[in-house]
Amino acid sequence: MSQPIKLPKWVDVGVIPALNILAALAVSALVILALGENPIEALDVMLYGAFGYDEAIGYTLYYTTNFIFTGLAVAVAFHAGLFNIGGEGQAYIGGLGVGLVILALDGLLPWYALLPLAMIGAALFGGIWAAVPGWLQAYRGSHIVITTIMFNFIASALMVYLLVNVMIKPGQMSPESREFAESAWLPMAHQMFAVIGIDVSRSPLNLSFVLALIASVLVAIFIWRTRWGYAIRTVGRNETAAIYAGIDPKKTIFWTMALSGMLAGMVGINEIMGVQHKLLLNFTAGYGFTGIAVALMGRNHPIGIVLASLLFGTLYQGGAELDFEFEQITRDMVIVIQGFIILFSGALAYMFNPLVARLIGRLMPARG
Amino acid sequence: MADTYLLILLTLDATLRVATPLILAAMAGLFSERSGVIDIGLEGKMLAAAFAAAATAAVTGSAWAGLGMGISVSIGLALLHGFACITHRGDQVISGVAINVVAAGLTIVLGIAWFHQGGRTPTLDASARFTEHALPFADAARSIPVIGPLYAEVISGHNILVYLALAVVPLTWWVVYRTRFGLRLRAVGENPAAVDTAGISVTGLRYSALVIAGTLCGIAGTYLSTAHSAAFVRDMTAGKGYMALAAMIFGKWKPVPTLFACLLFGFLDAMAVRLQGVELPVIGIFPVQLLQALPYILTVVLLAGFIGKAIAPKASGTPYVKERT
Repeated sequence: MSQPIKLPKWVDVGVIPALNILAALAVSALVILALGENPIEALDVMLYGAFGYDEAIGYTLYYTTNFIFTGLAVAVAFHAGLFNIGGEGQAYIGGLGVGLVILALDGLLPWYALLPLAMIGAALFGGIWAAVPGWLQAYRGSHIVITTIMFNFIASALMVYLLVNVMIKPGQMSPESREFAESAWLPMAHQMFAVIGIDVSRSPLNLSFVLALIASVLVAIFIWRTRWGYAIRTVGRNETAAIYAGIDPKKTIFWTMALSGMLAGMVGINEIMGVQHKLLLNFTAGYGFTGIAVALMGRNHPIGIVLASLLFGTLYQGGAELDFEFEQITRDMVIVIQGFIILFSGALAYMFNPLVARLIGRLMPARG
Repeated sequence: MADTYLLILLTLDATLRVATPLILAAMAGLFSERSGVIDIGLEGKMLAAAFAAAATAAVTGSAWAGLGMGISVSIGLALLHGFACITHRGDQVISGVAINVVAAGLTIVLGIAWFHQGGRTPTLDASARFTEHALPFADAARSIPVIGPLYAEVISGHNILVYLALAVVPLTWWVVYRTRFGLRLRAVGENPAAVDTAGISVTGLRYSALVIAGTLCGIAGTYLSTAHSAAFVRDMTAGKGYMALAAMIFGKWKPVPTLFACLLFGFLDAMAVRLQGVELPVIGIFPVQLLQALPYILTVVLLAGFIGKAIAPKASGTPYVKERT
């Protein structure tokens, strides 16, 4: 009874996650019903809000970009058995790295020369912000969940201090840096499409989306096709076995967290270099936390993560439409759905296993 | 001189007000973690309770009804946590995060749908709140030098939930260290197999710990919206649950040191409010953000083992599997 139930692979990868998400959506639908609105109508409005016109699609993919980065960040850490709750702070500090690079060089270099430097800035700052908790976990035994939570708050205080006291544009009330020179902005999707003669409405979607897709491919190759990825998965499965295989778990934990933070930091490329074009407070807007839901839903695989990010991008953009169409529900409904997805795809991930196992046992009697 | 003394007293008074929800939530975390269940969900339970209490008090006009509803909702979430990570052996951290996110979303969605004030609940009248009580002779004692103002400003003049929070600490100590339940609770957090062998239900013990934690978080949340403030506003807890978690770790999972950690963190917060924008001699404008970040920095330093060692209950975080056949 207590043995984990063994299910066929297609059930484990396909049926169970689908059931979990359906459960999350069903509970969310019940909430909408309880508030006196029609969940099917809400879904309809959200889908229209996310895909109904080309500007909406742009917004949806712009949100998707952030979720891919934070989802990959959480997933990489999960593979080493680490729970990185600090994506929010790492993205925040990564954005600081991007901002510092561009503020220093934006008059001198065009965007394509700045981009690699800004990415190094994001990776360095985000990476360090995660590597410190990683080091503390590996060498001092400090619980990574707690330290990454603490680092989120420290990041938030640090950014408020820097923007209010140091980096604020002189003669301005709101705590923001000066705007970057326009030559340093990442190309927007509508500009890129205009080059090839296609007219697309203006939206925040920018080149970062392509970077996010490339990052997904690279992470997939890294995790399943390199010795470092093998080391990460081995440490995640069984630290003792890793030691016998000649892998140093401590070093692996440290570098996995650094990599995780680097990926989270890339949110700064999309937000700061791509959309806001200045440093400001709270530009991470919870994307780091959504990364947890994305990774859980995508089962820590880049393909799953891209799909889950697209779903959350749809929810975020489509959710905004709820405000206009309904009396009783607002875009905050999306946070509720996100919470139920973390609950059912994460904490209650195995709830349906015994049920499905019994069903399968009945439908497909033992095959020898 | 007298002015400085009064300023210190007022800061201590503010410290106590800020520390109250931390104390209650930290004790909640202590019960849960001592039983072997990590409780990241303190924040969400508090937030949900704050909303439930303010909404109920606004509708019924009774603070006590609010308290009852706050506690009930918080216990409900605690049971959900138990269902996920005791019954279904799900990941305790993920379950806690889920509770926090669900609470953050539902409190806003329900608040907007029910009260149409952008997520706020209606402002409560004094009769629907836990108001301040002057202790006996507070005014008469004021004229006594030194002790008089201390009694009148710091000790007297709080609402009943503040005194309740202060009473919860010795009670927690007594339950954890001096009762049979406490002994079993500590044992189940260190070595659940031994408790199981003795014929005591691990599941039962952990669920009771979570119900206690839910009750305490419920009081903490109720305090925020019906005693400290007069309404619920979105994201009202603003990280207090995580700070309580930090205080519990800082207090090394022990009631009395945890109380002092809460008071220290509350003091830093009160100082940050007081020093906001104040020009100090020599230093100039003090970076209050440093004070705000200090509880978290101190906790990380402690966890790193640089100032003493914080050791969590041994079985904390691992679901108990009765037997493998």
